[in-house]
Amino acid sequence: MIALLIRDLRLAFRAGGGFGLGLGFFLILAVLVPLGVGPDPATLGLIAPGILWVGALLACLLSLDRIFALDHEDGSLDLLATSPIPLEGVVAIKALAHWITTGLPLALAAPVLGILLNLAAPGFGVLIVSLALGTPALSMIGAFGAALTVGLKRGGLLMSLLVLPLYMPTLVFGAQAVTRAAQGLDAATPLLLLSGITAGSVALLPFAAAFALRINLR
Amino acid sequence: MASLWEYANPVKFMRLSGWLMPLSAVLAAGLIVTGLIWGLFFTAEDYRMGSSVKIIFIHVPSALMAINAWAMMLIASLIWLIRRHHVSALAAKAAAPVGAAMTMIALMTGAIWGQPMWGTWWAWDPRLTSFLILFLFYLGYIALWSAIDDADTAADLTSVLCLVGSVFAILSRYAAIFWNQGLHQGASLSVAPGERMDLSYRMPLYLCMIGFGLLFLALVLAGTRTEIRARRARALLTRERARA
Repeated sequence: MIALLIRDLRLAFRAGGGFGLGLGFFLILAVLVPLGVGPDPATLGLIAPGILWVGALLACLLSLDRIFALDHEDGSLDLLATSPIPLEGVVAIKALAHWITTGLPLALAAPVLGILLNLAAPGFGVLIVSLALGTPALSMIGAFGAALTVGLKRGGLLMSLLVLPLYMPTLVFGAQAVTRAAQGLDAATPLLLLSGITAGSVALLPFAAAFALRINLR
Repeated sequence: MASLWEYANPVKFMRLSGWLMPLSAVLAAGLIVTGLIWGLFFTAEDYRMGSSVKIIFIHVPSALMAINAWAMMLIASLIWLIRRHHVSALAAKAAAPVGAAMTMIALMTGAIWGQPMWGTWWAWDPRLTSFLILFLFYLGYIALWSAIDDADTAADLTSVLCLVGSVFAILSRYAAIFWNQGLHQGASLSVAPGERMDLSYRMPLYLCMIGFGLLFLALVLAGTRTEIRARRARALLTRERARA
């Protein structure tokens, strides 16, 4: 399983574009929003938590089709399915690799973009924490969506239609946590609920995703 | 006593639905027409909302069926996953567009009522938001059905999506409550005394609700029959081609 994780990470680092792409998208979004909304610091500070969370969510979504599609094309997914590792474990490891290559960098880079968007000072800590807690759920839900659409020729657009509604609770609690912290309020409740969603997704969705994969590999 | 599972047999299902579908359609039309005429013309106007309150006779039943349609799809998906009855999967498929339409009707009648009453067509109220999210779930489910060619694969994958989606739809509902305070009034048919509407309003509303339920049943049966016939036609075509 660790070998699989290292393999996926290596592929993401070396097969150009996989690793930095999400970050680049995140940065561009943080530049586009002030250009569209106007440079007023008060307005930007007000919408910064939401923009950062929506940006992280879309950046995650962009790289989802890489979770299974490439392995499905060259047949290594069939090999993984017949390997001694349970398919549920394969799914979980692949979601973890996706998180390390997108979610974690997003969480670490978010404060810089927070400065660009004039996020209020107390929000920064919670921004990192909420993204670090919430993006594993995004990767896991995304892996489920990718497993559903892996056999389809043009699954990308369909996958976003399937995955984005599933992202809504995560987005609400994540953005609420940052908003509350930025206003100087207690952010513990949304953070706890966010961790709950992550824990539930990581515990249960590998089974649903592996089930969908088995159907698609039939 | 015949078991319910007998109707998993398409032939028996077709025979049953052959008379149940027109019957429920006629009953639904009768109940909805009676309920609407009673509700729209023979009830008193609300002292604050005037006659605009009467949109409740469409709004509440359609909202009720919008949620129950998803619940029915969930049960049908479970039956398909556990017992592999094709009729069940096809019924879930047939229910999705009806449910989406009911959600749309609920949202639109709500907007038409909200414009004069709340002064806005749309507000980001938890109930309104969760209905919009429910509509998006319906869209995703329908899109997944239509994207996959193989019927059994499509049935399997949409069933899993329905199960996972149900959990997230409920989560979204509570997330929306957490996210914003509501403008929408509470339950229309509360059992708590003192919060209940007058009987003169409840009677036509009950009629409309039963009518919408039967309408949903008729539409789902019609959709399922269409799907079964389409499958038969496809099977016959394949057989013809194999012989030729």
